[in-house]
Amino acid sequence: MTTLALRCVINGEPVAIDVEARRTLADVLREDLGLTGTHLGCEHGVCGACTVLIDGEPARSCLVLGVQAEGASLTTIEGLANGDELHPIQTAMHEAHGFQCGFCAPGFLMSAVVLLEENPNPSRQEIREELSGNLCRCTGYETILNGVEVSIRLMAGSQDESTAS
Amino acid sequence: MKISPFTYHRPDSLEQACALLAEHGDESKVLAGGQSLLPIMALRLGRPEHVVDIGAIPGLDAINVGRGSGDKPTVSIGALVRHAQAERSDELAELAPIVHQAMPHISHRAIRTRGTVCGSIAHADPAAEMPAVCVAADATMTATSIEGTRHIAAADFFHGYLDTELRADEILTQLTFPAAIAGQGTSVVEESRRQGDFALIGLACSLRVEATEISEVALSFFGAASTAVRCTEAEEVLVGQEPSAARFAEAARIVSKSLTPGADIHASANYRQHLAGVLTIRGLAEAHAAIKTGASA
Repeated sequence: MTTLALRCVINGEPVAIDVEARRTLADVLREDLGLTGTHLGCEHGVCGACTVLIDGEPARSCLVLGVQAEGASLTTIEGLANGDELHPIQTAMHEAHGFQCGFCAPGFLMSAVVLLEENPNPSRQEIREELSGNLCRCTGYETILNGVEVSIRLMAGSQDESTAS
Repeated sequence: MKISPFTYHRPDSLEQACALLAEHGDESKVLAGGQSLLPIMALRLGRPEHVVDIGAIPGLDAINVGRGSGDKPTVSIGALVRHAQAERSDELAELAPIVHQAMPHISHRAIRTRGTVCGSIAHADPAAEMPAVCVAADATMTATSIEGTRHIAAADFFHGYLDTELRADEILTQLTFPAAIAGQGTSVVEESRRQGDFALIGLACSLRVEATEISEVALSFFGAASTAVRCTEAEEVLVGQEPSAARFAEAARIVSKSLTPGADIHASANYRQHLAGVLTIRGLAEAHAAIKTGASA
């Protein structure tokens, strides 16, 4: 058994803790750091609920050892909102009734955020493909896709406002 | 389930990594992207006592253009090149388009950002795309240990289900593809239950047409056997012939008869044989079209 020092940045805050090497990044986030917004479903990379951003790219936190995040910058679902102000994708999912039980929501949102950063106006098929790695057992997916499409409009609107002001 | 305890090593040179593998042998596993190893450990199908994380070793994350035997141009993929990096690589798109064509099929975005190309090959899942691509494109694997380096042809590398020529003390440090040549076209086609899932069955196809005749063809299937397999019977009816829809359909009929895929909850053996035929026609047509448009030339 090995315990190592892990230094990384999580949602903009520097973090330094000792972690057991066998702990996955998901367990480090949830158990050691109390960031329980990241959910664990299958714990072997199939369901996508644990998706977080590592250096801006989506990754399964159940398929990364905590110690492999050494030096990385991570974003979890807790890092999306700016204080009390929701991220547009969060507002959009709320408006579109995107989720039912919400267990899969953090993974879907982290995947969708990257998609919208890279492609502000994806087609429904592109959204479908990008989110194909996330499983939902309630909705049948249509409301989630609707939510991403609402988000496209909200984000385009907020850009228009910022250009106007 | 949680991963069982192990001793973690993070060497910062290839020499150190090889020394660790030489010392611990069968008790050790190499960790790169972890997208195949960590699920195995999470399900406790594997309980290595030593995990050698090669992620901090410099110089393994490059895609290099070079020269192989006979001074022929090649393109090489280092042990730490992730699928996402290969997907974005202009060098691979130009020189080894079959690798580029395979990338969008490989799992989901969040897996491709972490998983390495060499890792997928060392893992050798029978339904994975890259082993079949390597076999179709005559790739060469470079294995490194404290004893030195050896080069293994793709045709000799894959032994069976999750079993390769690599020894426990070796690291797959590089994968080298001969650059695509004039008259060659390639394709990767598959059917899966969901975008990004493991294929029910799939085909990595390479076709070369000189003058008006097919001079070389490789039909390399994944998800069809315990490892990537070529269907030589079908290849034989294509070589020396003019490419045509009728000829491709004949090859497809032979493929459906000769392959003996397994059955599972996702598809019966019969259905997989049928799909293999459909994919043969589709794959050959796409590879042929890639020659015409010059996309793979």
